[in-house]
Amino acid sequence: MPDPMRIRAQAAGDKTTVRVLMAHEMETGLRKDASGKLVPAWYIQHVSAKLNGKVVMSAQWGPSVAKNPFTQFVVHGAKPGDKVSITWIDNRNETRTDEATVS
Amino acid sequence: MKAQRGLGGAALRALAAVLAAAVCSVAWAQGTQATQAKSTADGIAEYRAMLADGNPAELFEAKGEALWKTARGPKHATLQACDLGKGPGVVKGAFVELPRYFADTGRVQDLESRLLSCMQTLQGFNAAEIAATPFGKGEQAGIDALTAWISSESRGMKMNLPQSDVHEKAAYEVGKRLFFFRGGPMDFSCATCHGADGKRVRLQDLPNLTKNPGDGIGFAAWPAYRVSNGQLWSMQHRLNDCYRQQRFPYPGYASDATIALSVYMGVNAHGAESIAPALKR
Amino acid sequence: MTDRREMLQRCASVATMLMAAGLLPATARAQAAAAFNSAAFEAKNMADVMKALGASAPAPSSDVSVHGPDIAENGAVVPLGAACTLPGVKRLLLLVEKNPNTLSAMFELSEAVEPNIATRVKMGQSSNVFAVAMLADGRVLFAQKEIKVTLGGCGG
Repeated sequence: MPDPMRIRAQAAGDKTTVRVLMAHEMETGLRKDASGKLVPAWYIQHVSAKLNGKVVMSAQWGPSVAKNPFTQFVVHGAKPGDKVSITWIDNRNETRTDEATVS
Repeated sequence: MKAQRGLGGAALRALAAVLAAAVCSVAWAQGTQATQAKSTADGIAEYRAMLADGNPAELFEAKGEALWKTARGPKHATLQACDLGKGPGVVKGAFVELPRYFADTGRVQDLESRLLSCMQTLQGFNAAEIAATPFGKGEQAGIDALTAWISSESRGMKMNLPQSDVHEKAAYEVGKRLFFFRGGPMDFSCATCHGADGKRVRLQDLPNLTKNPGDGIGFAAWPAYRVSNGQLWSMQHRLNDCYRQQRFPYPGYASDATIALSVYMGVNAHGAESIAPALKR
Repeated sequence: MTDRREMLQRCASVATMLMAAGLLPATARAQAAAAFNSAAFEAKNMADVMKALGASAPAPSSDVSVHGPDIAENGAVVPLGAACTLPGVKRLLLLVEKNPNTLSAMFELSEAVEPNIATRVKMGQSSNVFAVAMLADGRVLFAQKEIKVTLGGCGG
């Protein structure tokens, strides 16, 4: 079971800033380990963000996104109490969804 | 450990390389305009500020908090009765008063050492086994996460190590001597890098640890998430790596020597605001 | 269109592979795996990235901005953002010119999300970085800046 994300969603008027910290190795597949073997590529390929169950943003990522990536975006039309949920799916088909309440 | 005087061939080459790098960096700084050298420092400060929000250390904090509150080990118990110096279960403010003397073990202990004690006494783990486990593996990874959370519970508070007990005072004196002890093939001591103001290795400023280097610097900046390897390093891990960089033998995990050094640095940093867990290159 | 044919082919091959591996993926995962644009993420320069996306060559625009530090102390983590002040932005892309594969990330925005996204990328070396905005009317615009990557000293 992948580690949970940290999601913060703060509303300021109509604009809600969503900040997400994901726990993921984001291996490029180009790195060698201590014994000289290539570490296989393992990275988040899909991200989607929902506001109250409706997708507002989705993304495709390559392995050059940083390890334990931090992402920030601004969504309109959210108010305190609304639910923001973020889902990621990686190239091993592992997935994680976490939710936060807009404050 | 014998202090070695005189340099062997390999050490001489290593020293030459270090000097060459130092000369190169000085030449680079002088070769460009003064304004460019200054803006490099500004540029790096800007980079660090950009990373301040969303420190991946938070991921380790969450893990650490879960480990504190989860029943684990042969005794199937949580760590919530662990005394970090301010009473059983009191986590807030404990970090900035460590290392300190503990009557129940009769030792001055830092955070990692105290966690080992509690994990053994309360949860039934084998402390010696954990101490012998490589960093980042098994229960060692759990200790790193615990240090991230416990230090976060003192974030913004000022370093305030006690020096009232005779053992604590002795540890300070031992730590000071260890700090200035020169040895290893390069004849380094901690003081070689951290014994004076204004020192730098390439683009890393080296804080002067013989005094209070300022808020959020040096002792007040660990544990930290290191972006270069995506790992959360406790102070024990940082000290271990310092020894490695000096080409000393590795110190024992949570050994008296490492704890004494932490006492020396922590007492010197009295009043410095802790920003742990911090973000580092 | 080529995209759709490719996608359908990839759908079939992925589904076969997953069934062979004994996995029963949730619908979302299967769809996601099928839709991942490998060609775009394996392209070696901006022109090839845009071709893989079936988009026209990007034109420089002052309405697009790329945000990042001038100097990154460590290439492992470089904050990078893209923004566009025009309406109708459908996608924002982040590219690192000198990385082994140029495209880092591609964001699809609904109207509810501001065209201003930031994330963190890995940079192998000092390089130009690009923010590309793809608009609903087909326009493709970009901005660039240079980010120097240094390695610090002993790990402070």
